[in-house]
Amino acid sequence: MSGAVETSPRSTEAGHWGKEIRSDVHVAFEVRDGGGIEITLESRVAPYYGNAILEQARGVLDELGVKHARVSIHDEGALPFVIAARIEAAVRRAGMALGKRSLPMQHPLPAPSAKDRLRRSRLYLPGSEPKYYINAALHTPDAVILDLEDSVHRAEKDAARTLVRNTLRAVDFGPCERMVRINQLPLGLEDLADVVGESPDLILMPKVEDPQQVMEVDRMIGELKARQGIIRPVWIMPILESALGIENAFPIAAATENVAALTIGLEDYTADMGVVKTPEGRESQYARSRVVNAARAAGVQAIDSVFGDVADMDGLRRWGEASRAMGFEGMGCIHPGQIRVVHEAFAPTAPEIEKAQKIVAAFEDAQKKGLAVVSLGSKMIDPPVVQRALKLVERAKAMGVIS
Amino acid sequence: MSERVELAHNAVGRAVPTMVNGRPQIPFLGVGKFQPRGRKATTPIRSNKDYPDSGDKRVPDLETALRKCGLRDGMVISSHHHLRDGDKVALMALETAAKIGVKDLLWFPSASFPSQKGAIELMERGVIHHIEGSMNGPLGDYCTQGKMRGMGVLRSHGGRYQAIQDGEVHIDIAVIAAPTADSFGNADGSHGKSACGSLGFAFADSTYADSVIVVTDNLVPFPCVPWQIQGNNVDHVVEIESIGDPAKIVSGTTQITRSPDRLRIAEFVARFLREAGIMKNGFSFQAGAGGIALAFVQYLKQMMKEDGVKARFVRGGSTKFLVELLQEGLTDYILDGQTFDLDGVKSMANDPRHVATSPFTSYNYHGKGNFASLVDAVVLGATEVDVHFNANVVTHSDGRLLHGIGGWQNCLFSACSILALPSFRDRIPVIVDEVTTLTGPGEMVDVIVTERGIAINPRRPDLLDAVKNSKLPIRPIQDIKADVEKICGGKPNRPKLGDRPCAVVKWVDGTVLDTVWQVG
Repeated sequence: MSGAVETSPRSTEAGHWGKEIRSDVHVAFEVRDGGGIEITLESRVAPYYGNAILEQARGVLDELGVKHARVSIHDEGALPFVIAARIEAAVRRAGMALGKRSLPMQHPLPAPSAKDRLRRSRLYLPGSEPKYYINAALHTPDAVILDLEDSVHRAEKDAARTLVRNTLRAVDFGPCERMVRINQLPLGLEDLADVVGESPDLILMPKVEDPQQVMEVDRMIGELKARQGIIRPVWIMPILESALGIENAFPIAAATENVAALTIGLEDYTADMGVVKTPEGRESQYARSRVVNAARAAGVQAIDSVFGDVADMDGLRRWGEASRAMGFEGMGCIHPGQIRVVHEAFAPTAPEIEKAQKIVAAFEDAQKKGLAVVSLGSKMIDPPVVQRALKLVERAKAMGVIS
Repeated sequence: MSERVELAHNAVGRAVPTMVNGRPQIPFLGVGKFQPRGRKATTPIRSNKDYPDSGDKRVPDLETALRKCGLRDGMVISSHHHLRDGDKVALMALETAAKIGVKDLLWFPSASFPSQKGAIELMERGVIHHIEGSMNGPLGDYCTQGKMRGMGVLRSHGGRYQAIQDGEVHIDIAVIAAPTADSFGNADGSHGKSACGSLGFAFADSTYADSVIVVTDNLVPFPCVPWQIQGNNVDHVVEIESIGDPAKIVSGTTQITRSPDRLRIAEFVARFLREAGIMKNGFSFQAGAGGIALAFVQYLKQMMKEDGVKARFVRGGSTKFLVELLQEGLTDYILDGQTFDLDGVKSMANDPRHVATSPFTSYNYHGKGNFASLVDAVVLGATEVDVHFNANVVTHSDGRLLHGIGGWQNCLFSACSILALPSFRDRIPVIVDEVTTLTGPGEMVDVIVTERGIAINPRRPDLLDAVKNSKLPIRPIQDIKADVEKICGGKPNRPKLGDRPCAVVKWVDGTVLDTVWQVG
């Protein structure tokens, strides 16, 4: 900007179009001093929704307080919540719409998410790729993550934030937990300001190295919730992605009671360590064990990283099974095809379930008889074993492995 | 075309022309309601003495062959699509006719392909009067823009056979591209550098046309074995350098869809067959070469292995995935109407259990039965379906021609016809109130499988009952439609169609099911 006073551009754009683009829209926006609103539309769905798109665009501009502008819309079959987000992003880039928003129709919020809910799988959805959102829940991950961090180009952060906000509000994710991965601080705080109002269930914080960072995010979420009258929980899952982060695993996991889970990002961690990431993961054995231990110590879930080769289902299964054996309760998925394998890998095995059910039956029997000691055959069962069996049976039911 | 076209409403309420290209038409009366009478068409008497004793029917080139067949203005020239988008012969024949100087031909392909867009120029020059056969891409646009002088007539593979047999279309000259042939005219599709598999689409033409020309780029000494086309029906044999582009005739590898949404649909279809009890020992199915259909075969294969189930036969279009079923002993036979990839072609050439079939065996309405109705389940696509289970396969939602009918209508006669499709594409709902162009009447469509659930036609309480205890998402079609409209932002506007018919869609019995209207 060469020291000059920064002024907003009069011509801006947002979104994407082209032969390879689906379910997105490109908006070119030009402020003018008079003449009202002029919109041109080119759309592959024009015969069906051309009028609806024009009407929506006028409504959005009106809500954002735009009186005079030329808007050129190049639509590739975007759904209404995407169109609204792209127009708003273009308008904001012109320095307009301060303090104003144009929110799409709200889909009813799912039930609030429990701190220790099932989190076997979380499906990553890039924050600038709307085509993946609408059917994400059909593939039944336990959670979806709308990602504002690594999958979004630096220049697209603002537009992605608006899109993710609209997505949280308008898209039906069914029973999936709705997660958002924000950027590193301080950019991440701007993300929070835009998305917390739409009640995400959980915020993933990347590259956490210090419990102070978690406390700062927790404080910001608390303030935003209070300001907007939100009472449902917004949990936090810090991602440890460096040697220092791993060293501070426990204080990070214990930083606030709103931390629900602790996870690890292996791409960055192995880069930080200067080691090669392998499908077997021996190079990160220590770090991952440390995460599990710290999470347990803080009373939160330990969640594993992702498995990067979407074609290698056997490798994914091996990884998932080993991960569960270490004490992780779930992992990330970068493709819907991974979800089923991950769920199978994190399910308790049939012998485990059978044994647990026997212990639970013995426990219930003892309860009925008023006995303090639970025994199975000739063996006495220790209380922690009973607790673990109860939890395993409950989880197996939640996973649909037993009825 | 005369500007004033008289219309009648057929049994399903569609307005259809009563005259098409000068021939009176019977509006669709309902499935199985039309009872044609009389005798089938036939060919002029020919005698051995008029053909060389040596059996050598070669002529130097296509022009000589066409002249010897007495080519003149207004004749009907037929060609076939077994070389698909790689075919060079059909356009070569038409261009040769142009060179000879004839006008107003009716081109009667079993299907046309985008690479044949040169036919547009021949229509502009008056060489071709109009096309009766599937049109898509540039040819489809030419037709729906109302530029063709005659009306397009879209027929199923079986319907094409029926139209030939009952004399509605009389072929003057059939030009058959043959990957292998001998000088007597015996021809085969499964060998040679341009091998394509079955020549079934040309079978009717070889037996009912006045004159038959075989064009080959792989002439072998008599006998050409096996012969899918009998030389006894052939007048002339022409040898040329190349009948087609092998890369576009068959694909080297067939790709299964990688879209998770489409895989979900494919898996639902396979699970439906298993849980409805259709997948059992000795069963049969047909699936095309679309991404969902191929993925369906892979899911079903896994389930067949798990349950120890073997099919008696599967029907192609064959691909490597059907060939694998055969090789792994999961089916006794492949009955193959066309062959989509190299594995399919090789298998047909080498494995006697991989049998070439034709629209006569599979689909023909005037046959004494056909294979299509013997198939336990068929998996098909569609561009649109409506809440009455009517389906459109020929036009986009905006009325532009997109596909031919192919064997699609004929396959609906399977014991369980399944349409597998996404519930919307981009923002365009696929489940609508009323399909733009009716290609399959709702009473013929049993199951619609989408990523958002499976709708079973209420006319099939037996199927509803068969899966009532399954975990499959069985839903009323209206519910799925409501979901889609919510996602897409309300009901779509109906596209504005013109009031001038530019093509008709025939039902398998030759009656007129619907009209394709001029757009734009």
